[in-house]
Amino acid sequence: MKIIEVHDVSKSYGGVKANTDISIDVEKGGITGLIGPNGSGKTTLFNSIVGYHPIDKGSIRFEGNEISKLPVQQIARLGLLRTFQQTRIYGDMNCVQNMLISLPHRKMTLREALTTNTRADHERAEHLLDFVGLYEKRYLRSGSLSFGQQKLLEFAMALMNEPTVLLLDEPTAGINPTLINGLIERLKRANSEFGITLFIIEHNMRVIMNMADRIYCLAHGELLAAGTPEQIQGDQRVVDAYLGAH
Amino acid sequence: MAILRPVFYLALLALIIAAPFIFPDFRTQLATLWVFIILSMTWDMTGGQMGYNSLGNILFFGAGMYIAAVVTIALAYDVGEYTNAFGGGTYKFTTTQYFLGMGLGLVFAGLLSAAIAWLMGYLLFQFRGPYFAIGTLGAAIAAGELVSNWEWVGGGQGIALPVYPGDFDVGKLFFYYLFAATGVILFIFLRWLYGTRFAGAINAIRDDEEKAEAMGLHTLRYKQVTWAISAFFVGIVGGISGFQNIHFEPLETAFQTINLGIFMVVCVLLGGKGTLWGPIIGAILFHVIKEVTWNYLLGWQWVALGALIVITVVYFQDGLMGWLARVKPEWFGERVQKKPDLIAEPAE
Repeated sequence: MKIIEVHDVSKSYGGVKANTDISIDVEKGGITGLIGPNGSGKTTLFNSIVGYHPIDKGSIRFEGNEISKLPVQQIARLGLLRTFQQTRIYGDMNCVQNMLISLPHRKMTLREALTTNTRADHERAEHLLDFVGLYEKRYLRSGSLSFGQQKLLEFAMALMNEPTVLLLDEPTAGINPTLINGLIERLKRANSEFGITLFIIEHNMRVIMNMADRIYCLAHGELLAAGTPEQIQGDQRVVDAYLGAH
Repeated sequence: MAILRPVFYLALLALIIAAPFIFPDFRTQLATLWVFIILSMTWDMTGGQMGYNSLGNILFFGAGMYIAAVVTIALAYDVGEYTNAFGGGTYKFTTTQYFLGMGLGLVFAGLLSAAIAWLMGYLLFQFRGPYFAIGTLGAAIAAGELVSNWEWVGGGQGIALPVYPGDFDVGKLFFYYLFAATGVILFIFLRWLYGTRFAGAINAIRDDEEKAEAMGLHTLRYKQVTWAISAFFVGIVGGISGFQNIHFEPLETAFQTINLGIFMVVCVLLGGKGTLWGPIIGAILFHVIKEVTWNYLLGWQWVALGALIVITVVYFQDGLMGWLARVKPEWFGERVQKKPDLIAEPAE
């Protein structure tokens, strides 16, 4: 079943066409990859899906409902969450506080928000911090963590939010190569154990080929190729786009 | 340590109750100190905890003052006639009318101020940072000007309320305890509130509102609720102040933007914003400094106060509590804590 359907979406900034007539489907329960050289329009497409800017034309559907006209908060409240390429966490708070704030407020009434966090909330926060390997540092100011650790924290916060779909913008960028294998493992587990559909922008080919069921490749704002990792790897147009041969 | 906490709070409560008898000459001063403390604590709810610096909270103070007064008068007389006959002095209030009016008046002052904050928030929370600050300041100034041209509530002359029915000194004690009770209730309320998920959400709005939106928080709703609760208490304090002052007028007493309206911000900055105790400590410090300069630097008191504001804003933005948190982070719970062996996962 298709959970996100992007159909014929275009977006330009002034004279620059960042996305032209892009159509992409994300399968429910799967891991979908989005690759492309720098400046090919990947983050623009993400921003269009989560409502950061209006699109010029086309339609974006989530679980069958049109969302291209909705503002960011409303889309987030549907259960469609994203992480940022430039990691965003609440730097003055410690990791546990960051986690507790990320409880799914969309499922809470005001009355429920006006209660203290339960023991189960704390346990879940600590469990997920353990899951990403930040347990020992959970009472440190999150702003004092390294960039890679902040990325892991942001990932844990996203899981805490119990999203239906998680859009990850370069989850392994800036992360120590030895940690990357662990992260791939955790992303796969998030998908299989928590049932979260993943849609991932990634530059690291080894990572994305390892994880995704289906990959889309953008170049110059247009959809260049789509297919399984094997098909993409064997596609001469993709190799050319990355190596700059035309 | 766990035993010391209730002892500390009990001692504090005893001090609050005994204060007007320990310092009998300072009863009015102590009552004013409570006004500073309450306004600082409520200002910190949006300014410190939520990151929205309002310069217009005095609007709710003025609104509360007028609402409580109008309700009290309306229970016994026609408001328009009453304010029209300013100084005529033919209007008597029985003790029942006085206290019933005050009780109902304070309830209305709180609720209507909260409603005003809710509606204003819908418009003003579209702005952030300095734009929000200027917007709220403008609203407070405009409110003062509007009321001073509204003849039904006495226009620029303001309103004269009946005096406290009873002994003058007992009246002073009465107002002190009324303020103190409001302050203690507010403290207990905030101590609870700052431990809820709601507080986490408004802290998230302060630290990164875009992230909070992307995480699906109901940001506008939370902002409106916070400001409304804050305005509820400010309105009540304004209402009590009206009865304490007996006579008040719109620009200098009720909507006093440049005095109390700014003082509450300075108190919070001085003590440390975004903390439970910072605004209280700041209010006490500020009140003491203000009274000392009024007594010993008369003629220069505004200069001294201005210098204090400039120094606080330029060099001491985090305030006393913020400075402590920087010097002694471990006092605030920052630490590395390894997994206890008990819950460690079994070796695979």
